[in-house]
Amino acid sequence: MDDLYRQIIIERYKTPLYRGELDPHDISFEDENPLCGDHIRIDLRVDENGIVSEAAFNGHGCAISQASADLLLESVIGKPLEEVKALTKQDVLDNLGIELGPVRLKCALLPLKVLKAGVYGLGEAHDGLVED
Amino acid sequence: MEKFQPAMMDLLRVRNDFPILEREVASGKPLVYLDSTATSQKPLSVIQSMDDYYRRTNANIHRGVHTLAEEATAAYENARERIAAFIGAKKAREVVYTRNTTESINLVAYTWGRKNLKAGDLVILTEMEHHSNLVPWHMLAAELGLRLEFIPVTGDGLLDLAAYRDLLTLSPRLVAFTQMSNVLGTINPAKEIIALAHQAGAVTLVDGAQSVPHLPVNVQDLNVDFLAFSAHKMLGPTGIGALYGKEALLDAMPPFLGGGDMIKKVHLRSFTPNDLPHKFEAGTPAIAEAIGFGAAIDYLNMLGMENVARHEHTIISYALEALNEVDGLNVFGPSAEKKGGVAAFTLPGVHPHDVAQILDSQGIAVRAGHHCAMPLHEKFNLPATTRASFYVYNTLEEVDLLVAGLHKVQEIFG
Ligand SMILES: Cc1ncc(COP(=O)(O)O)c(C=O)c1O
Repeated sequence: MDDLYRQIIIERYKTPLYRGELDPHDISFEDENPLCGDHIRIDLRVDENGIVSEAAFNGHGCAISQASADLLLESVIGKPLEEVKALTKQDVLDNLGIELGPVRLKCALLPLKVLKAGVYGLGEAHDGLVED
Repeated sequence: MEKFQPAMMDLLRVRNDFPILEREVASGKPLVYLDSTATSQKPLSVIQSMDDYYRRTNANIHRGVHTLAEEATAAYENARERIAAFIGAKKAREVVYTRNTTESINLVAYTWGRKNLKAGDLVILTEMEHHSNLVPWHMLAAELGLRLEFIPVTGDGLLDLAAYRDLLTLSPRLVAFTQMSNVLGTINPAKEIIALAHQAGAVTLVDGAQSVPHLPVNVQDLNVDFLAFSAHKMLGPTGIGALYGKEALLDAMPPFLGGGDMIKKVHLRSFTPNDLPHKFEAGTPAIAEAIGFGAAIDYLNMLGMENVARHEHTIISYALEALNEVDGLNVFGPSAEKKGGVAAFTLPGVHPHDVAQILDSQGIAVRAGHHCAMPLHEKFNLPATTRASFYVYNTLEEVDLLVAGLHKVQEIFG
């Protein structure tokens, strides 16, 4: 179970590479997991070809949710929005390199939920966005 | 069963009564269960009482003349009598079975509250309430136009009684508060709060979800009007709880849910409610669970509630000192003298979920989150805390394991 806290997760939690806000931005969305108080905001800049050129997240929460956000943003920079829309739960788990129980899965998936709700231009994030 | 006398309970004997404490958790470590505030573990006698009931007695109650029905009814009612005696109620009919503390409080809100409260009436609650003693009043306030005010919590986790006295000048109709906080562990001066409320002309409701399992509680000594508690937090099964109410109050209240058992007579267009306590127990109740509740009461009586409280005091005093040694750790709530066996804390730089997860990998079960007390966490400006809580089966060695586990957390996040 200690593998849950792989070096990469602790590192990205303590010194994230993509923490911050983008102003101006083309896409911005935020949401929280009221159960544990995890909160994530994601800002994106998208170039004229529909490719993510810059990304940043802000918020607070457990190591899993914050590291998941950082790794997710790293993976979307340079990708067309169409590919971002196609990201799945499995992509998040592959980023983290761990297996998670149902409670912690919610922490890990919050960033993807926020990202997709933003990219789809939805008013509200919902769990359907991150179901495989 | 004979009563234990020693100052520190015969812990080995107590632990042997709880089969679950023998199991290992996924990681092959023995279980260190520090989450009794959420729900307690169950002794063999409770498990067996319910098993025996289903093997030997199972029948519906109050409606058959066959042997099983009579035995089941007697066992169900006999458990009620032991519960009533346990909290010092004058009569068993003052104890209504419910599903849990939450349902007990809702019962009071929807029957006593709807009948007796009207727009503009004041209900006093506190800032340390569990959601189950907040939301029913939010709902009723929205329906009737009630005014809600809250006794503030001080920085060291106590109720601000001076502010309470000020609120009492506003002529509240009801004062509803927890006798023991499930986050801060604070044991509130219930008798004083109730006496002051009565002087101001208010009815009182005590949320006893944490106090009844952990302290000697006597409703006549407290002079409380309503007391709500849950079996599952006091060694009993889930699915059953109780509402104590003074007989005159319960008698004057309209019924809660309608259906079988709660009626004396039914016609096509009308009904006559049953006598207490059945008036509030519609439909087939949790019979096995009521019997398990009775067995839990027997077990606590065998230990003696004074001994239970003393044991937990020993553990929390030790735990607060030991936790203090962990770098940067901050425990919320008052000193050991004023609290029960609950330690909610934060560790700088580590989210409570991560703390709980790493402790779990060492076999230690604690809870992380807002513990159904979001307003209290908002007050202290925290999204969440980690909570360790103690009960009759916990040992000082388990506190040492907790502290060692927290050092491991710090190592990982170092
Ligand atoms: C102080 C307090 N009140 C009420 C409750 C609700 O109890 P139940 O979920 O059994 O209704 C709890 C349980 O966590 C509690 O600790």
